Amino acid sequence: MSVRPLNERPLAKDMPALGDRAGSAWRTILGPLERYRLTPVIIIAVLIALAPLLFPSAYYYRVAALVYIFALAAIGLNLLMGYAGQVSLGHAGFMGIGAYAVAIGPVHLGVPGWLSLLAGAAISAIVAFVVGRPILRLKGHYLAVATLGFGLLLAIVFTNEAEWTGGPDGMSVPRLVLFGWSVRGSQTWYWVSGVCLVLGAALAFNLIASPAGRAMRAIHDSETAASVLGIDVARTKLMIFVISAIYASVAGSCLALFNGHITPDAADFLTSIELVAMVVLGGMGSIVGSLVGASVLVVLPQVLTVLHDYEHMVLGLVIMGVMIYLRSGIVPSIAMAFRGWRR
Amino acid sequence: MTSHCQSCFARVAAAAFALAVVATPSAVLAQVKIGSSLAVTGPASFLGDPEKRTLEMYVDEINKKGGVNGEKLELVIYDDGGNANKARTFATRLVEEDKVAVMIGGSTTGATMAMIPVFEEAGIPFISLAGGISIVEPVKKWVFKTPHTDRMACEKIFTDLKRRNLTNIAIISGTGAFGKSMRDQCVKVAPASGITIVHEETYGRGDSDMTPQLTNIKNKKGVQAVVNTGFGQGPAIVTRNYRQLAIEQPLYQSHGVASKQFIKLAGDAANGVRLPAAALLVADKLPDGDPQKPVVTAYTKKYQDKTGQPVSTFGGHAYDGLMIFVEAAERAKSFDPAKVRDEIEKTKNFVGTGGIVNKSPKDHLGLDQSAFRMLEIKDGDWTLVPESDS
Amino acid sequence: MAELLQFTFSGLTVGAVYALVALGFTLIYNASDVINFSQGEFVMLGGMVTVFLALGGVPLPLAALLAIATATLVGLALHRFAIETARGANAVTLIMITIGASIFLRGVAQVVFDKRYHSLPPLFGDDPIRFGGAAILPQSLVVFAGAVVILVLLWGFIDRTLFGKAVLATAANKLAARLVGIDTRRTVGFSFAVSAAIGAIAGFLITPITLTSYNIGTLLALKGFAAAMLGGIGSAFGAVIGGLLLGILEAFAAGYLSSQYKDAVAFIVILVVLLARPQGLFGRAKVERV
Repeated sequence: MSVRPLNERPLAKDMPALGDRAGSAWRTILGPLERYRLTPVIIIAVLIALAPLLFPSAYYYRVAALVYIFALAAIGLNLLMGYAGQVSLGHAGFMGIGAYAVAIGPVHLGVPGWLSLLAGAAISAIVAFVVGRPILRLKGHYLAVATLGFGLLLAIVFTNEAEWTGGPDGMSVPRLVLFGWSVRGSQTWYWVSGVCLVLGAALAFNLIASPAGRAMRAIHDSETAASVLGIDVARTKLMIFVISAIYASVAGSCLALFNGHITPDAADFLTSIELVAMVVLGGMGSIVGSLVGASVLVVLPQVLTVLHDYEHMVLGLVIMGVMIYLRSGIVPSIAMAFRGWRR
Repeated sequence: MTSHCQSCFARVAAAAFALAVVATPSAVLAQVKIGSSLAVTGPASFLGDPEKRTLEMYVDEINKKGGVNGEKLELVIYDDGGNANKARTFATRLVEEDKVAVMIGGSTTGATMAMIPVFEEAGIPFISLAGGISIVEPVKKWVFKTPHTDRMACEKIFTDLKRRNLTNIAIISGTGAFGKSMRDQCVKVAPASGITIVHEETYGRGDSDMTPQLTNIKNKKGVQAVVNTGFGQGPAIVTRNYRQLAIEQPLYQSHGVASKQFIKLAGDAANGVRLPAAALLVADKLPDGDPQKPVVTAYTKKYQDKTGQPVSTFGGHAYDGLMIFVEAAERAKSFDPAKVRDEIEKTKNFVGTGGIVNKSPKDHLGLDQSAFRMLEIKDGDWTLVPESDS
Repeated sequence: MAELLQFTFSGLTVGAVYALVALGFTLIYNASDVINFSQGEFVMLGGMVTVFLALGGVPLPLAALLAIATATLVGLALHRFAIETARGANAVTLIMITIGASIFLRGVAQVVFDKRYHSLPPLFGDDPIRFGGAAILPQSLVVFAGAVVILVLLWGFIDRTLFGKAVLATAANKLAARLVGIDTRRTVGFSFAVSAAIGAIAGFLITPITLTSYNIGTLLALKGFAAAMLGGIGSAFGAVIGGLLLGILEAFAAGYLSSQYKDAVAFIVILVVLLARPQGLFGRAKVERV
């Protein structure tokens, strides 16, 4: 068994991370900006600020807000999948916890919305901690089925405990009130979800650059090698799992507050698959990729409605096509192609 | 590097949005738009599919006859797959982009509830095709619905049970939205109807064998009849398993199995099953004097000729919604949302597939229990249970 | 006692369905490390194509054969045009392709067929066999027998033929397999064709019990996947045992505990089993190489 020192080993070799090693070719041009790791976040923020110039109606604000909300959840999942190399097919369960927290808190317990959101995040973190400890020992497809089962359990609870959750028809969610200001409407939520996304992305970039982030990527490459290097593999994986659960929970809370109504399908298996698809399509290990993945999977169905009955057929073809021709995901593949072209 | 791809994203997003704009058929301005978001695919597609076909069929026919108030109707249908979040987005799109005059749709209660705030805020009439009673109770200014409520179905079944002196029942319900909601209503109205529910079981979506649940019901002492609330393939499997276990007590299904397809799927096991359903299912068996007979016969013929599929009451709900809107617009002599809304609320003696509709400011449904007929399946066909039957 | 027997019958009925679906995952996984998420759509095709050909007047046995042929062709096409084109991509990307394929196939089915539920006549009538106060339909035994036959064939094929060994070699190390002269491309393509055929046979056999519609695949694949993992992915024997176990768990949970939480109970047991045996009941433990 030969173990090369970590810093000489190409990290995440099949899915390069944008913003670190992919940046080397650009260092000469962009100079100081490039070295500042939050550059992508600033660009995202500027884009969010400018995008409304293109928006003719509230419908566009709504679609964009949904992109940001799902991107937030996808970024969390990407930390787990793309950087720590662990799969979760149950992440919508955490979205569900966040969503039902902001519904049940104010309606049944008299807790204000913002506090419920925080409580939901805390509950998600605790649940992730408790569940993650045992199941993160599983590997690959076995971890996938365990997380899948966990997500299904949560969805079953949300569906069955009708006295608390309203059952399959769901329940309405009171509007969020912050300092006497009622947060409502697509435009308002566009800005709220935009801010959430920027904060989430900034945190993610910081995390990746931290020592913990390097440990994560080492685990992604090889758990055995990482543990030989003295990385506490179990602890690092658990930490990332908890963090990604918090991302999903906050996204779920935003979704529920934005919609004003929540049904169990926010927490179901198909939503989990959709989140995974956003991460993989955009590019595992690329934070910007998660935003692109979420954009594609939220906007595309809106565009495809013109096809009526052929909508799903084409959606399936697009997913297959992207994965065949941009197999590392949209952002890393384009980045690689561009780098190759520049040489 | 990074900045480059940020801008490609911007371009992709801008292009996608631009495509969405182009895709929206905004060129035709002289037409009045009817919006709809239905569960055309997904687990509730047997609601959304006939609803969509019905709307398309009748909007075509109305346009061929010259439209309404001299204007042609244009139908904008989106497929929400029964997902509440998607329905909400399409509702926003219908209001903001398509500028529809009315919304006829929402196949499921969850999707309808998620869409209500959009139409309430925009001030556009919304005629829902979903069953849940929470849609019209409490009354919301802009929201109406056409299907009977689950509560009426329960009361109809309970009335029939009382007539047969069967008061202790078991309920087996699907955990989906329809089964769960109807089960809740049945539990709620049971005491007032003099019915005692002695045992309850459930089954999930996609389950293919319910014999464990039915065995428990069979072994429960004192069960005189069994009521199954649910739709889709579940009730057909329950009915087959019921005969497989040779349970003797009468079995009642809900109005959720309201199509000939159920009899076909359940086969011989369906014989003797009773269910409450709209007159639509027994169009040819209604007595000649029945006020609904011409309407339901015409609809049945048209639907079956056009689609080659057996008629279901779900498509009928869409027919009722569309016609209530058309008549209201004609009475209002305008498509002004506020005027149309007022006229919809004044709908009186409208003969639809679901029953005779009399709406009022306090009742945005306008159907009573008489809208339901009690049917029994005999030799692979529906038969009307005489109302005086004991 | 009669109820215990009835619950067991129910568990075997449902379990045999899961086992048949789970078997379909085995071969593709063995050859390529990919969990084929469109396996449920192969099952759907087996049922729906048979139903619609039969409605069109084709005799049932011929309709079933044509359905199996259709699914096999779709499986080959999926391999040739998607999996093979994406050669060299990692497993997650390939799995994503199969998810795309599943959405695509469902999209096609909703246009070509319809959105209603359909059934097929059972092979040996629908008079239940009564035994000890419980009843089981003959078709349940047919499904069960189908699972056993496919299991034996697969086992014989993988362990006893050279081609089977080539599949295993391809799975273990693609490069090494190629070096010893195995056409890995053909091996993987073959595994897609056979898995699709197994799925279609499953679809034809289970339709009289489960009924079928264009979107039945997702839930079946979900349960089949769980069953395959419980038994240990890659092991045909494990797939059958996993399927039967999952069915019995659900039936017992529904009968003795709570029908509302039967799926939850089943998944909790799966979690517990996996924690005790992280490679499933009959799976081979993989050693990570650095």
